[in-house]
Amino acid sequence: MAESLSTAVMPLHSQRRFGERNFKYLLVVPSIFVLLLIGIFPLIYLLVVSFQGITMSEVDTGFIGWRNYAQLFHDQRLWESLLHTVIFTAIALPLELVLGLALAQLFLDRLPGRQIFIALLVLPVVVSPIVSGATWSLMFDNRFGPLNQIIGWIAGHEVTLLWTINPDLVYPAIIAAEVWQWTPFMFLLLLAALANVDKSQLEAAAIDGAGYWRTFFRIVLPAIWPVMAIAILIRGLDLFRLFDVLWALTKGGPGTRTETISLFTYVKGFQQFETSYTAAVALLIIVLLSAVVFMALKRVQLSRS
Amino acid sequence: MNLHTRHRIRLIVRLIAATAVTIVFLFPIYWLFMISFKTAEEIYSYPPKWFPSHFGFGNYAVLFTDGDAITVWNSFVVAGVSTVIAMFLGTICAYSLARFKTGGDNLANWIISQRMVPPIAVVFPIFLLYVYLGWVDTFTGVILLYTAFNLPYVIWMMRGYILDIPRALEESALVDGCTRWQVIWKVVFPMARAGLFATAIFTFVFAWNEFLFALVLTRTEVATYTVQVTHYFGGQSNFWAKISAMSVLGTLPIFIAVAFMQRYMVRGISLGAVKG
Repeated sequence: MAESLSTAVMPLHSQRRFGERNFKYLLVVPSIFVLLLIGIFPLIYLLVVSFQGITMSEVDTGFIGWRNYAQLFHDQRLWESLLHTVIFTAIALPLELVLGLALAQLFLDRLPGRQIFIALLVLPVVVSPIVSGATWSLMFDNRFGPLNQIIGWIAGHEVTLLWTINPDLVYPAIIAAEVWQWTPFMFLLLLAALANVDKSQLEAAAIDGAGYWRTFFRIVLPAIWPVMAIAILIRGLDLFRLFDVLWALTKGGPGTRTETISLFTYVKGFQQFETSYTAAVALLIIVLLSAVVFMALKRVQLSRS
Repeated sequence: MNLHTRHRIRLIVRLIAATAVTIVFLFPIYWLFMISFKTAEEIYSYPPKWFPSHFGFGNYAVLFTDGDAITVWNSFVVAGVSTVIAMFLGTICAYSLARFKTGGDNLANWIISQRMVPPIAVVFPIFLLYVYLGWVDTFTGVILLYTAFNLPYVIWMMRGYILDIPRALEESALVDGCTRWQVIWKVVFPMARAGLFATAIFTFVFAWNEFLFALVLTRTEVATYTVQVTHYFGGQSNFWAKISAMSVLGTLPIFIAVAFMQRYMVRGISLGAVKG
């Protein structure tokens, strides 16, 4: 009786064990499948197409070797767009960081209505970047925008600056829009980081007579660095793919003066239909960014924090 | 001057600074909202008017009579459906990663790295694939792409939230005879409810606000509100009334959603790196 029971249970038991073992894979398979579809397929496709010579007028799928890649090195507009991207990042990112940090300091201690202030300040972060761009194009309008009006009050005479057209003003204009939208992002993360700085260390430093800046660089900065690094990484990646705000404000103009790498790729792929060359450009972007992300991730260890 | 008065002055200065900063940061949003209530004459009046003479909803009415407001509905469908799918697939995947360490750190890192691929590099081959499949300007196509685009975020966030749940509860449920699926449905989901909710809102916002994919992959049938806003751009004749009204229609729901999300904001926007 006992024997027959155990034999009856056995297969069921092992069947269950088998199910257990595969259960964890069963859970990840759908996600991996979807990610591969948009992760690996495009990569393979880009790789194949980038060695062909497909353009708007040419549909021949014969292989032309490295010609598209050779063209990358001679394409001045491409490298300029990359340079523009780097300029936007190099100016906007430190600005957002410093302003965000200053704001976080301002709201760190008790303040009447603190929660309401923070809730309001956060709003720009959740506005769609394309709406942000549209809003700023209304703000920047030379006649009907409030910005020139305010500057006019300060200057004491009428001002009609062409913010999105004048080559000297487009960079400040775009960076202003970016900084407006994303300083609150930095602010929110750095506020959380500052709130977690060990108070006893700060008190000890105060007793030792350390000044504000000394305390900041010796104690506060090292303590908030892990969060800061992640904020920089996230924003750096966002700025590298800058597209929406530009689409609303300048479309890369005047000329190609504010064209970023994302805009350039869009123009090549969807306006000039240089299919194969665009594939090479897209691969270049992926390779460049992967290298940067790989190095950055090694440093900040997103998974550990 | 005693310490008390110095303290008070400091507080007042900070309060003034805080108010000034908040006004500066809210001003563009204020301006956008005000334009949407103005008449055309008021929008194009010089010098610019800071308040509409009366709050009219004519600009909104036009969007509804023209049928342009349907794009907000499209955004809702695309963002809503893709969020539901991404939340379900992502959470069960996250459970596996968190509890069984499936694939180890490598798989988890690969998944988050998918989040960092620039959209412009991906959207080009996806577009060509969609042309081949006939998926351009279809809900299926856009929803699938948004699902995939948001999956790494969902998996990463939910993995963090699930790791916060004590294991003991699940183990006692297993001892009581629950299957693994039942454990997920009856223990993990309820325990991670707050995290699920927060992650879902952020996922929804990302999809709702997305522009580049929508620009490339939609035409007229499933154009989202972000694409529709850009249709009003154009040289000298920007339809400011329409731009602002459409922008407000698309922005207001997000503001309302975020008002309920304050507590999860920091964790949500830092990819879970800062618990906040």
